[in-house]
Amino acid sequence: MQKIKCALIGSGNIGTDLIYKIQRSEYLEPVWMVGIDPESEGLMRAQEMGLKTTAEGVDGLLPHVEADGIQIAFDATSAYVHAENSRKLNALGVLMIDLTPAAIGPLCVPPVNLREHADKYEMNVNMISCAGQATIPIVWAVSNVQTVDYAEIVATLSSLSIGSGTRANLDEFTYTTSDAITKVGGARRGKALAIINPADPPMIMRNTISCITDEEPDQESITASVLATIKEVQKYVPGYRLVNGPAFDGKRVTVFMEVEGLGDYLPKYAGNLDIMTAAATRTAEMFAQEILAGTFNPQPVEVA
Amino acid sequence: MTDSMISGDRRSRKVILHDMCLRDGMHAKREQISVDQMVKVATSLDDAGVPYLQVTHGAGLGGNSLQHGFAIASNEEYISAVASRMKQAKVSVLLIPGLGTMKELKSAYKAGARSVHVATHCTEADTSPQHIACARELGMDTTGFLMMAHLNDAKGLAEQAKLMESYGAHTVYLTDSAGYMLPADVKDRIQALRDALKPETEIGFHGHHNLGMGIANSIAAIDAGATRIDGSVAGLGAGAGNTPLEVFAAVCERMGIKTGVNVFKLADIAEEIIVPMMDHIVRIDRESLALGYAGVYSTFLLPAKRAAERYGVPARDILVELGRKKMIGGQEDMIDDTAMTMAKGRGLLKAVAS
Repeated sequence: MQKIKCALIGSGNIGTDLIYKIQRSEYLEPVWMVGIDPESEGLMRAQEMGLKTTAEGVDGLLPHVEADGIQIAFDATSAYVHAENSRKLNALGVLMIDLTPAAIGPLCVPPVNLREHADKYEMNVNMISCAGQATIPIVWAVSNVQTVDYAEIVATLSSLSIGSGTRANLDEFTYTTSDAITKVGGARRGKALAIINPADPPMIMRNTISCITDEEPDQESITASVLATIKEVQKYVPGYRLVNGPAFDGKRVTVFMEVEGLGDYLPKYAGNLDIMTAAATRTAEMFAQEILAGTFNPQPVEVA
Repeated sequence: MTDSMISGDRRSRKVILHDMCLRDGMHAKREQISVDQMVKVATSLDDAGVPYLQVTHGAGLGGNSLQHGFAIASNEEYISAVASRMKQAKVSVLLIPGLGTMKELKSAYKAGARSVHVATHCTEADTSPQHIACARELGMDTTGFLMMAHLNDAKGLAEQAKLMESYGAHTVYLTDSAGYMLPADVKDRIQALRDALKPETEIGFHGHHNLGMGIANSIAAIDAGATRIDGSVAGLGAGAGNTPLEVFAAVCERMGIKTGVNVFKLADIAEEIIVPMMDHIVRIDRESLALGYAGVYSTFLLPAKRAAERYGVPARDILVELGRKKMIGGQEDMIDDTAMTMAKGRGLLKAVAS
């Protein structure tokens, strides 16, 4: 079966893990890996895994886009270079899946709003952050039942799973995730907290989601909605699990989750990596299916 | 205390004291210190000659949250009320990346803060470059603050400190957040920082008194080259509190270490203002002792006591389990989570069917 050819930009943890996810896809094929350091482990690994590589950044990829038929690119670099990467690739008709906190395009959490973005044939969609992917489905599950005035999420990530880019730009991670809690999760106000824990052996990704509802929470409906949403996320991240809760305290609803990864690139504790790459892959697949069916034909985006 | 610890070589050394009772003390007050109380305490500390005092939510900038509790007023309200009344003291703030952001730092600066502790876990200094650079750009007295320092060795801490120095920190602190360290641990680690950092970079120590070592540890730090010490009048702070500042100032005076503060004025503030403010007497109770003994973040004390009441698992058991699971500062959500998991294991709580 024909597959849509993809380029991966950024050869760090996320980019490398993406190779595994995309190689398993029925609809996607990883063809290029773009880095900036020829000595980087990520580029060497990509080469070993059969991808073409360049250490010249996105400019090294551009001359090959047409000949190699690249139609979807995943950007796992940083918020600061994403805009430029997106502009250059969109101009060649390549659809961007943005895994940086740049968030130029609409924010996407697959079980919540992927269908909506695919129907609009967006040329750039943003995957928010690992914490966003892990927590916003739960905020949405509660806000589906009744109005959420405030949602707060705490994501704890193992130190070994957090790359240098995220570390150096932690504020962007916080801003983008907080923003998405309201825009996608449906809460009136939102706040995101991130903690990086160096315990050895590494701790599995943990997420605590708290919502304050306007009215007394309908415990039965909220519990049912949360459990149903967890099942939706498990379709692409099997290790997405409820640990404790939903716990109810007045108008506060708290849900304690963990995310175990598939152990593709980093070991299973790094569920944060998996939930991000799995969500991005699922998003790309939805667009790829439309392209393969002939219902979506990505066009070069004119730049003013 | 050995003879070498009261030797003459520290005579006439200068140490900058930094009071924490209006920040770390917020933990012990469940964030419920009013603006008026802050102004009263801060003006008294200013009058007693304390050069720096920290004023924010216990968890610092961005701290107001379900995770860390909501204070009576915003950080900006506290800072501006206090800063506008200071004659000599500088107001500082705490910023933990992942919780506080540069936006909040700029806002705190605008409200009058002129010094900041940018705090990371003791192995995660590389989450602080943008905040330290931002503080320097604002012209603030900038400290890198390595928390839970007992969880890293001397060499590792020196590497982390060098990162913070490279981002622009004027001072790097070792922070004994669990009140776990002993004087020899402190001395080794501070010495490693002194050897690794540039001579103009200052070194500080922030202690907790869970094993009663706040003062001895701070003196050990000074012996190894520290020139800045955090404490808290009457020890008002998380766990069994911080190094009690009035006691420490008295010890310094006896040793000939210059702090520039008035010991008796501090003692009066402790007795007449701080102790009457306390909701519980900040002391080494059995749970605080467990913090120091097991190496657990001091701020976990009160939330663990609340979780104990709620789920029927003793607070000490919860704290020891948190220590075993190597939970670090900021993971307050894991207190309830751990209590619930323990309660299920003991047949006290039923799991939600999934």
